[in-house]
Amino acid sequence: MNDARFTVSTPMRDTIVAAAPPVKIAARGLNFWYDKFHAVKDINLDIPEKRVTALIGPSGCGKSTLLRIFNRIYALYPKQEARGEVLLEGENILDAKYPMNRLRSKIGMVFQKPVPFPMTIFENVAYGIRHHERLSKAEMEVRVEQALHQAALWDEVKDKLRTSGLGLSGGQQQRLCIARAIALKPEVLLLDEPTSALDPISTSRIEQLVEELKQEFTIMIVTHNMQQAARVSDFTAFMYLGDMIEHGATEQIFSNPGKQQTEDYITGRFG
Amino acid sequence: MNEYPDNEHRHIVKSYDQEQNALIDELIRMGQMSAAQLEAALDVVERRDDKAAQRVIGNDEAIDALEQQVNHDVIHLIRRGPLAGDLRMILAALRVASDIERIGDYAANIAKRSMALNLSPPLPHTRGLDALGRMAVRQVRDVLEAYVNRDGEAALRVRARDAELDTLYTGLFRELLTYMMEDARAITPCTHLLFMAKNLERIGDHATNIAENIWFLLHGEELMPPRDKRDESSTTVV
Repeated sequence: MNDARFTVSTPMRDTIVAAAPPVKIAARGLNFWYDKFHAVKDINLDIPEKRVTALIGPSGCGKSTLLRIFNRIYALYPKQEARGEVLLEGENILDAKYPMNRLRSKIGMVFQKPVPFPMTIFENVAYGIRHHERLSKAEMEVRVEQALHQAALWDEVKDKLRTSGLGLSGGQQQRLCIARAIALKPEVLLLDEPTSALDPISTSRIEQLVEELKQEFTIMIVTHNMQQAARVSDFTAFMYLGDMIEHGATEQIFSNPGKQQTEDYITGRFG
Repeated sequence: MNEYPDNEHRHIVKSYDQEQNALIDELIRMGQMSAAQLEAALDVVERRDDKAAQRVIGNDEAIDALEQQVNHDVIHLIRRGPLAGDLRMILAALRVASDIERIGDYAANIAKRSMALNLSPPLPHTRGLDALGRMAVRQVRDVLEAYVNRDGEAALRVRARDAELDTLYTGLFRELLTYMMEDARAITPCTHLLFMAKNLERIGDHATNIAENIWFLLHGEELMPPRDKRDESSTTVV
């Protein structure tokens, strides 16, 4: 009798493994404390270049903290401490010698609630660029238009660039924030629950945008919506109580996770 | 009835478990009905009972109706956005229901052809069919039990045993061909017997499909060939 146990994994999984892209950003032995609270515990994680990696896990599991470490935003607050390394193309961005300016231009972040600056749509996008580069008026106009195009917002705002960004709808405001982030031409884009405050149509627009943006950027997205993680990401990492429980191809995590804890979480069971 | 999931891993949304368990119950009921139909059809052939044959044919509607119910419930569950094991459970349910429905169809067709057989004097060759039939029933019963018990090893055993069914079928095929060559008057009943034998062989294939789906349900992997195939009737000449 032939061996009936001869099995193959799903073709998608093999494709992803075969075409494993280079690592863009990596956590090595990463720990984080909010004062005495150990929020992220000894995490090692490779984020592949020009792919979408979703971070999932229950509230308080450390996934947003991980994003905050990846752009060193925590350094603005007292009593918050990270140990270990976050390597962006081999350089440790947690190192105090790594210039914050450079970090901000390489890693962009978009938050849960869209927060446009109280200025015009044009200025919202131009504001960040001015911090990092000196551009002529004409060059600036090209850059702003380009960023708004990339954020799939241009057609909706091209006739009202000089009106306030606060006058846009929630979904448009979020795309404006994405335009503001990508206007700096970052390499990595961190999205912290970017659609949790948006209606389904705006959510679809953002998801479509994520699909387009990954041609150019490495994207990490924190989401509480399992279906969203399954839809938009190539890789998924599941965190629980500060630990990285499982990390793998999204295809595998959502069809056949390796750990019971992951299965229980993504299927909505008691862990 | 076997409950899924076990108590330690219930969904937070309780109605999910209720709906999922209802779906599994429907599948198991469907499976039991099709196995009973198969047994009844074989019995009808043996007893040459046209009335009973009519009942078997009529009963098939109930299995078809249950399949509709399964499809409806699957759509309902999919709306909840199942993932991982839940997703595999649903995909397997859809495929298993369709295999069970086919088994029911073949059983009804055997009953139907038995009425045509009854128009001729009894043939000794129904005995070969009987052996094939018992083997097919065993395959169906065993694979359903493997589904109820979520037993991947038992499913693999069913899958491996399909080769025996194929061997029996090929043997019967040769036998019937020889008989037809000997006596042209036997061609009509023997042709019906051939189709009945083919139905039983196909039932074995559906049992194998179910076995593979059990494996997929439990392990998230598709069982792949090589699988021992011994149905040589497609190339057999006398």
